Amino acid sequence: MTSKDLGRKAFSRNELYLFLVIFVMSLVLFFFNRDFATFENLFDILRSYSFMGIMAVGVLVVLLSGGIDISFTAIATVAQYIMAIFLARYKGFSPALALAIPLVIGTALGAVNALIIYYLRAPAIIVTIATLNLFYGVLVFLSGGKWIYSFPAWFRNFAKINVVHFINREGILYGFSILTAIWAGIVIFSLVLLNYTTLGRKIYAMGSNIEAAKRVGINIFGLQLFVYSFMGFLSGLASIIQALLAQTVAPNAIMGRELDVIAAVVLGGASLFGGEGTLLGTLLGVALIAVMGNGLTLMRVSAYWHSVAIGLIIISSVSITALQRKMASRKTVAVNIDERIIQ
Amino acid sequence: MKAFFQRQRDIVTLSIVLISVFILMTSLIPDKFLKVANLQSMAFQIPELGILALAMMITLLTGGINLSIITSANLSGIVAALIMTKLVNSGAPAGGTPSGAIFLTILLAIIACIALSLILGFLNGILIAHVGVSPILATLGTMTLFGGLSIVITKGYVISSFPKEFVFIGNGTVLGIPLAIIIFALCAFAMSALLNRKPFGLCIYMLGSNPVATEFSGINVKSLLIKTYLLSGLLAGIASIIMISRFNSANAGYGASYLLVTVLLGVLGGVNPAGGFGKVSGLVLAIIILQIISSGLNLLKVSTFVTLSLWGMILILVMAVNNLLLRRKKGRKSLHAPVA
Repeated sequence: MTSKDLGRKAFSRNELYLFLVIFVMSLVLFFFNRDFATFENLFDILRSYSFMGIMAVGVLVVLLSGGIDISFTAIATVAQYIMAIFLARYKGFSPALALAIPLVIGTALGAVNALIIYYLRAPAIIVTIATLNLFYGVLVFLSGGKWIYSFPAWFRNFAKINVVHFINREGILYGFSILTAIWAGIVIFSLVLLNYTTLGRKIYAMGSNIEAAKRVGINIFGLQLFVYSFMGFLSGLASIIQALLAQTVAPNAIMGRELDVIAAVVLGGASLFGGEGTLLGTLLGVALIAVMGNGLTLMRVSAYWHSVAIGLIIISSVSITALQRKMASRKTVAVNIDERIIQ
Repeated sequence: MKAFFQRQRDIVTLSIVLISVFILMTSLIPDKFLKVANLQSMAFQIPELGILALAMMITLLTGGINLSIITSANLSGIVAALIMTKLVNSGAPAGGTPSGAIFLTILLAIIACIALSLILGFLNGILIAHVGVSPILATLGTMTLFGGLSIVITKGYVISSFPKEFVFIGNGTVLGIPLAIIIFALCAFAMSALLNRKPFGLCIYMLGSNPVATEFSGINVKSLLIKTYLLSGLLAGIASIIMISRFNSANAGYGASYLLVTVLLGVLGGVNPAGGFGKVSGLVLAIIILQIISSGLNLLKVSTFVTLSLWGMILILVMAVNNLLLRRKKGRKSLHAPVA
């Protein structure tokens, strides 16, 4: 058995394990509250976590490339705020143009990260901590930290669009939200990108061994530029979704979520050292956090306990993964010795 | 002399930056910056951030990170606050608690705070050393857990009004020097001695530069890691005592913005976030530089958010300068190096 096969096997095991945890948690929740297992609740979770889910896809791609980005919440905040200013000030502003603003700004700020990381040869974590402070500081200084409320009607209506409609027993309309559909679109796009294009495979290659990637002739700068710009683009997109969900824009609404999102992605099996991780795992990681948050609310657990529960889940999940890897590496050692004896 | 400058390049660069920032602020606001009141207020603000930065630094040196320092400090601070407010105020007779009892309560609170910090640090150490979780993930989890416990205990409220003897720790002065900065100086000296004069320090640098080689040279990496996170927890506890006594209150959310600043301070002070390199002296210089900038800008009535972005810019600038110097050095070397 090569080490690669083993790695892949450990992975699917990690995903299976995550799936089981989510399944057991869902069963328990269903037992306590029958509302949990309704389509209405499922669609509701999918809608409200589409913002986090989109960011998680970006974080996964950055982690796969062997980098990390802490600044994406600041990028999202800047992108969102500038869009909100246009929406609130110019009522007749073209919707398409307004929605393009955060995407362009996000991509540009992501590219700034890539440029600094590449030209300074500096650790990505430090660079993005610096740019987090830089972007956010400038924004709050210029905006004065004011909230923005008044949005045009199309912006309010857009958030309510459902791709598929259902009517529940009480006759209330519910459905599969367009926000979830956007998330799904991004996931499918990234799935194709990562698994079926050379660009995606190059990202994996760079993350597994940057020196080897360089020697094969992969353009490291180009890849980094793509990866961080893509993260920026997705931050911009996620910021639109967040604004649509909240219908208010506050400079501090998204800030501070960066570690939550990274935690979800890492729970899904992505390695902080690059080259390892899958979209399925990331989705399961987000699902775990989502089911947990929703479940605690449905079980009427006081909100004070939420972070305790999430902390415990993170700790136990990363511990189990670490222990599993330890056992797996012990097993490979044993196998190697056996083979040598046979020979 | 030249060799000294080369060896201490970081310290020399930082000292030059420090002097230039100091001159800049003095010339920009001559009437206010050099006032005793300003210098004293700077001296009051440095310790808590400084000690937290030390707590971060020790883990960075081993190639790890401790994201839980702030929430760990808040949690142990809250426990100390509960002990003081509940014991002093409730059991008191009409005439007030006798002073002996007050001192005992304060002592008990401080011991509980330090003990809890050590336990929290130990938990991090176990997760990292024995379970084998990467430090960033382990402490991300404990950060969330500790923060959550603080919220559960306080329900988001502020616990305030401690005995004035306790408040003295963060606000009092000894011969005109704030007590807190004396504590900070002691911590910095102790850590510097530990890192430079003790085998423990050498092992920490070794572990940060090459963990595999450290393991194979017969060093007990597990116990080393546990000691590192214990020390980090201890420092967070000391910072917590200074913090709650300076504010005369404890809360789940204090110092939340300090977390990334402590990493920033370490890197600015020449600590390599990948581990193995960095000195306490560099860190102390970095803290003073940042404090001069933020106090100066505060006196100039510049928004704290400009300060925040300025810190980010300075960090990028420092990395740019370091990179330039490194490239020049490498370029010179490669002239003489054989072609690979």
